[in-house]
Amino acid sequence: MKTTLRSLALGVCLALAVPAAGAGAASEKRAVIDTYADIAQAIYEDALAGAKALQKAVDAFLAKPGEASLKAARQAWLAAREPYQTSEVYRFGNAIVDDWEGRVNAWPLDEGLIDYVDESYGKESDENPLFTANVIANPKTVHGGETVDATTITKALLSETLHEIGKVEANVATGYHAVEFLLWGQDLNGTGPGAGNRPWTDYAKGKACTHGSCDRRGAYLKVATDLLVDDLAWMAAQWAPKGGARKGLVEGEEDAGLSAVLTGMGSLSYGELAGERMKLGLLLHDPEEEHDCFSDNTHNSHYRNVVGIRGVYLGEYVRSNGKTVKGPGVSQLVAKADPAVNRELRAKLDKTVAAFAALKKRAETVEAYDQMIGEGNVAGNAVVQAAIDALTDQTKSIERAVAALRLQPIAFEGSESLDDPAKVFK
Amino acid sequence: MSRPAGTAAAVLLAALLLGPAAQADDEAARIADVVRPTTDFSKAEPYELNPGGAATSFGPLNSSAFSHSSANMPFDRELDFKVGDGIFRKLWVSSPSSTPSSDGLGPLYNARSCQSCHLKDGRGQPPAKGEPAVSLFLRLSVPVPADAPEPTYGGQLQNFSIQGIPAEGEMAIAYEDVPVVFADGERVILQKPLYRIVGLNYGPLHPQTMISPRVAPPMIGMGLLEAIRDEDILAFADPEDRDGDGISGRPNYGWSEDSKKTVLTRFGWKAGQPSVAQQSAYAFAGDMGISSRLARAGWGDCTAAQSACRAAPDGSDPKEGVELSDKMFDLVIFYARNLAVPTRRNVDDPTVLTGKRVFYDAGCIGCHRPKFVTRRDSAEPEQSFQLIWPYTDLLLHDMGEGLADGRPEGAAGGTEWRTPPLWGIGLTETVSGHSRFLHDGRARSLMEAVLWHGGEAEAARQKVLKLSKQERDALIAFLRSM
Repeated sequence: MKTTLRSLALGVCLALAVPAAGAGAASEKRAVIDTYADIAQAIYEDALAGAKALQKAVDAFLAKPGEASLKAARQAWLAAREPYQTSEVYRFGNAIVDDWEGRVNAWPLDEGLIDYVDESYGKESDENPLFTANVIANPKTVHGGETVDATTITKALLSETLHEIGKVEANVATGYHAVEFLLWGQDLNGTGPGAGNRPWTDYAKGKACTHGSCDRRGAYLKVATDLLVDDLAWMAAQWAPKGGARKGLVEGEEDAGLSAVLTGMGSLSYGELAGERMKLGLLLHDPEEEHDCFSDNTHNSHYRNVVGIRGVYLGEYVRSNGKTVKGPGVSQLVAKADPAVNRELRAKLDKTVAAFAALKKRAETVEAYDQMIGEGNVAGNAVVQAAIDALTDQTKSIERAVAALRLQPIAFEGSESLDDPAKVFK
Repeated sequence: MSRPAGTAAAVLLAALLLGPAAQADDEAARIADVVRPTTDFSKAEPYELNPGGAATSFGPLNSSAFSHSSANMPFDRELDFKVGDGIFRKLWVSSPSSTPSSDGLGPLYNARSCQSCHLKDGRGQPPAKGEPAVSLFLRLSVPVPADAPEPTYGGQLQNFSIQGIPAEGEMAIAYEDVPVVFADGERVILQKPLYRIVGLNYGPLHPQTMISPRVAPPMIGMGLLEAIRDEDILAFADPEDRDGDGISGRPNYGWSEDSKKTVLTRFGWKAGQPSVAQQSAYAFAGDMGISSRLARAGWGDCTAAQSACRAAPDGSDPKEGVELSDKMFDLVIFYARNLAVPTRRNVDDPTVLTGKRVFYDAGCIGCHRPKFVTRRDSAEPEQSFQLIWPYTDLLLHDMGEGLADGRPEGAAGGTEWRTPPLWGIGLTETVSGHSRFLHDGRARSLMEAVLWHGGEAEAARQKVLKLSKQERDALIAFLRSM
């Protein structure tokens, strides 16, 4: 159930418009929402451009498999990942993003559904009947008494039939992580150094092919990458001037729009990143509990999340081409409503980015993220814990910002606590 | 129905242990008023939309509809909920491994993670033909002494095992048609499952072995059920059917590992467990072979007769002596308690209201009690003092020979089952992608599930058989609005 979304208890997605003295005139709020939508458009366009570059690199690799072309494809994946991870702050507050997110970023995945896995992976598992279905090697698999025909690997097969097949969320057939697995392979190093190390010959033609079914593996990689491009193109269009996501925000209640911004910041900071993606792994000391586990790119992926969170608050995003999209951010409204809260939140957002920069630096110079969370790695654990603490701390200030802007949760019909007996008990 | 000796004493003992009710008289009167079943079916009742009270989830009603947290949960508890969810999804591995915090699986097991059976936090189902069972397993016991596990195979049949240790065997299910005809001539064919165990790897079963199939129940609202006061459950108990309505309603009692005494129990298909924590600890132990502070054996359900299994390395942390640390255990319990009941739909729809009337008139609410008010001092604040609509009395009822497993559990006899809650039942297909109901998933639709009712529910079933097609459809519409 990882894609489950919980809205901020304080903001509950939608907010009731309460006239807020000093919290910004209508036009100011409108301008903040416009900036938020402009940044979304820019981020998703960058993510789309990244995916297209990846598509080009994958095509080149498949046309001429080799060490260098595989490396180029991996580099393209890493570059494509940056804008996408920055975009995640648009989750939680925007239903349209939440409904779509599982197609592109579902995680964790039972990679045995897609391709061959190491022996250590599959001996003792059957509760996911497709745990080791290996669609690449097997054109036909049986599930729930029915045969899944995977003779031809198509977009529909991956996104409609295989993705979450059997209601098992770990049956991830599409998105960044499926492509990542196809480019890197399993990371069999545990909490030791090293990422996945799939040989380029897994895609070689003829006798040089390793692990069998190289043609089908290539087809899967190609189709999964193409799907990623399609999905990102769709989302980028939603934020274009006439797109559905932008229209929903711009035409809705202003305070609902502001609440969407802060809900995304809060829920990504706290439940998703600090909780699900970091605290759990640290608690279990489990190298499998890292977000970009095949490529060992987790440090970048986390770092871009927090950059995205700060960016929407400030109303600023530096595009992949170096140009900046800038406009009034929520920060300006909070500054007017309560300057101290604004100063506090900005300082904490900076502190969080610094904590994640330290984590990123450690990953680049000392040890990978999955090593940092290893059992008994006191120094590594501390760096990760410091980043979690910074997120927890900034979330409290986000709540203060919500209060300063007087954004109140919508009162759902009859959801009052029974502790208001006057209402419940006649 | 069978009545194991000692039950009456247990009842008396428990009654003495319950202590004085904390509710003030005026509050008790107000609660009695609010939980009284309605007689007005012209419109929805106040708060009927919120079966879980203020904890009801208003999150998206998609396949994740059972995975939302209590709506009244403060934001600063969201991290714990998410981490608890992570442990719920965690795939355990065998010991020793490179990840000591995640090892300890088995040696015998039915599943590698909680989520494997409780897919999407929803309801399990019987295996498709030719596939191994995962979200359905078999409980095993012998009659003497009462509730004793099968001497070789233990308390349940594990059909998976770690490398080097044989699994116990496989369940085999054959189905037999049972036709039912409504008064208006419409026919329904029920399928009655017959269970066998094949491929036994540890020799023959004890000749008197009793088998009880159990499907994984949906996870929603567990914390709320736990927060119902014992007194409020016992108030509906009528073990000798003194009111002569043909419905007894008997409480079950069992041992609490936490309080080290016999207490009223309410969780599980036969109400054998007292708390979310103990139910979960036994599921970790029996289903996955993972020990915790309430079930400390690292070998899970391996018996003394399964010596290699007992001798296999366990994954216990040297400090705590268990495989699931206390911290992880607390997080997963917190998660389980706060999986929210989703909001109902269409409560004002005229067809749904008609169906509600049919449900009440047929006498279904004799066991499927609509409403309770939870205790103020619940384990977690989210469940405190909420008006909830679980549609269960949490008591045992004789359900007739058709549903009987013939296997007692505590005070529950071989034909008795605990009334299961109905909240969320209308979202089964949305969440779990199937419509299999009852303790072993034999019913393939809600109407089939209704028609399996017998025993104390026979009178209600007879009424349903006489309903018009329109009334039957309304009844199902009401259930689907849950």
